[in-house]
Amino acid sequence: MAQPANRPVFAPWDDPKEKPLIRFQNVTKKFGEFTAIDDITLDIFQREFFALLGPSGCGKTTLMRMLAGFETPSKGQILLDGVDQAPIPPNRRATNMMFQSYALFPHLSVWDNIAFGLRRSDMAKDQIPPRVEEMLRLTRLERFAKRKPHQISGGQRQRVALARSLAKAPKLLLLDEPLGALDKKLRQETQFELMDIQETTGTTFVIVTHDQEEAMTVASRVAVMDLGKMIQVDTPDRIYEMPNSVYVADFIGDVNIIEGAVRGQDGEKAQIVWAEGQPPINATTAAPVSAGQKVHFAIRPEKVAIATEKPEGRANVIAGKVHDIAYLGNISTYKVEVAGGKMVKAQVANERRLARRNITWDDEVWLSFTDTAGVVLLN
Amino acid sequence: MTGLRRLVLILTPYSWLIFFFLIPFLIVVKISLSNTALSIPPYTPQLDLAQGWAGVKDFFGNLDFENFSFLASDPLYYTAYLSSLKIALISTFLTLLIGYPIAYGMAQAPDEWRPTLMMLVILPFWTSFLIRIYAWMGILSNEGFLNQFLLWTGIIDTPLTILNTPTAVYIGIVYGYLPFMILPIYSALEKLDGSLIEAAEDLGCSKASAFWLVTLPLSRPGMIAGCFLVFIPALGEFVIPSLLGGTSTLMIGKTLYEEFFSNRDWPVASAVAVVLLLILIIPIILFQKNEERQREANG
Repeated sequence: MAQPANRPVFAPWDDPKEKPLIRFQNVTKKFGEFTAIDDITLDIFQREFFALLGPSGCGKTTLMRMLAGFETPSKGQILLDGVDQAPIPPNRRATNMMFQSYALFPHLSVWDNIAFGLRRSDMAKDQIPPRVEEMLRLTRLERFAKRKPHQISGGQRQRVALARSLAKAPKLLLLDEPLGALDKKLRQETQFELMDIQETTGTTFVIVTHDQEEAMTVASRVAVMDLGKMIQVDTPDRIYEMPNSVYVADFIGDVNIIEGAVRGQDGEKAQIVWAEGQPPINATTAAPVSAGQKVHFAIRPEKVAIATEKPEGRANVIAGKVHDIAYLGNISTYKVEVAGGKMVKAQVANERRLARRNITWDDEVWLSFTDTAGVVLLN
Repeated sequence: MTGLRRLVLILTPYSWLIFFFLIPFLIVVKISLSNTALSIPPYTPQLDLAQGWAGVKDFFGNLDFENFSFLASDPLYYTAYLSSLKIALISTFLTLLIGYPIAYGMAQAPDEWRPTLMMLVILPFWTSFLIRIYAWMGILSNEGFLNQFLLWTGIIDTPLTILNTPTAVYIGIVYGYLPFMILPIYSALEKLDGSLIEAAEDLGCSKASAFWLVTLPLSRPGMIAGCFLVFIPALGEFVIPSLLGGTSTLMIGKTLYEEFFSNRDWPVASAVAVVLLLILIIPIILFQKNEERQREANG
């Protein structure tokens, strides 16, 4: 996404003078013998929309529950605005949480649910109704204020939960799989709503999700976790284009991983031998590699072009045979068998209608990509 | 075919209710409108169908509300009703006070303990109610286990008189009906989503106020159900006051028993029973309403 030159890019994580809102300092959390969080150090900044992404059991929920105060670190410190949070119970923290199950109080109306936190705060009594009304407007729930949670739809319940957790204007809002219970269409709409609300209120959001698309859509930065460790923390585009490991490349989106060995390096250019009798892959890497080193070459399917005639002037050209075609409407994915029986996926946008396309099963085709299209992964 | 099946399905419970509830009740109502007599059965009039229409007319002409006006005029009865109400109310309240923490403790216990705890609550039902109340006589009497224990520890130097006092009746009712209080409260608390409490804390509640504002209101249907399940049988309770209460406790169940067996005054005894039923109809209807509301809320 290109930003206009006069608008400063929101990237406090690149500014060494910026103070983080939250700082995890070598945080470890153990449940008995099981290590849920393994020595994590992480900064999250004001106004960020930060996503914790990973498969279930990776520790993302534990990390969030530690921020809310429901769990305490076994080792290390969590600082909020520079203050250690360990001795502060959940009810005295400047954080609020939106629960995966929404946890709406079934005996209270929508209005009373939203007012619940305000009534427990030191807000003046006459300030509460206007604040609740404001939250109802923000989440477009004015008409449902008097209803009980079981009298409204799932999407509306989700918005009540959001309004309730935002009502106290927390420094930090935690969202635990907030859209998990919604169907796909509603989820996508709500993602944009969430981003709007985050921008309007200027609250720092930390969202836990296992849905990579959701994380990519809403977040300013994404942390990919596995087995209690942070694998990569970066902006969505960098996570996608510059994964730092096979795990991240594979977890986010679709990818071709080609194993190979380095033949030589010249500046940033490197050659990777991946199959006997085939020309090596010409790739770019900033990291120094030595000849003979085993590496993985990762390339996204949409960066691989497919043609029936051998293209000229491309850095990498590989011959193959169409093994399978997945037609998804807007795009088609071609699974192409190349030397050594390896499958490489190439993705093409269907700019023309079906009848005009000329590649079909078992066709001999040519795959090509530039020398900067893929990433060389060392581990 | 389906029409017949439906008819049978509907008729089965209704005929059960008609034969085993409505008809016996009508017989009791009829006896309550009769006069006592030295005969078998000990009341008149009897329906004599051999005399035809005149017999039926004679039968209905001899029924009157004399027994009910007698109940209203003799202070023995309404003091017995009031005393029963008082004892039932107080012991329901005591049962709630004791039962709630037990139910709460069970609901908070680790998953693998719960079946065992549940078993312990239900276990007393495996022995006869009567025998368990007899056992309390052994515990509460002047030479009973309780007094022996207290004398042994030196807390008291003369035995406490508990048996044959209202205190013994309260102990008996609370003991006997405690499971009926614990089980509905436990079932309400067990369904409670733990994240609701966390949400309350997250929104600024201390542990105590989260209990007060979330746990307690959400377990209210269970509490109400438990209170009715204790109050309704306690009001007409007979075994406990007659075994543990001695002569000093006046309860309507006992009065009814004495009227029936000692005085052999079936009509007055029946009138007492009919009035007791009318008194109980109010809480029973309220109980049904509570159950209905809960079903609606669960949706």
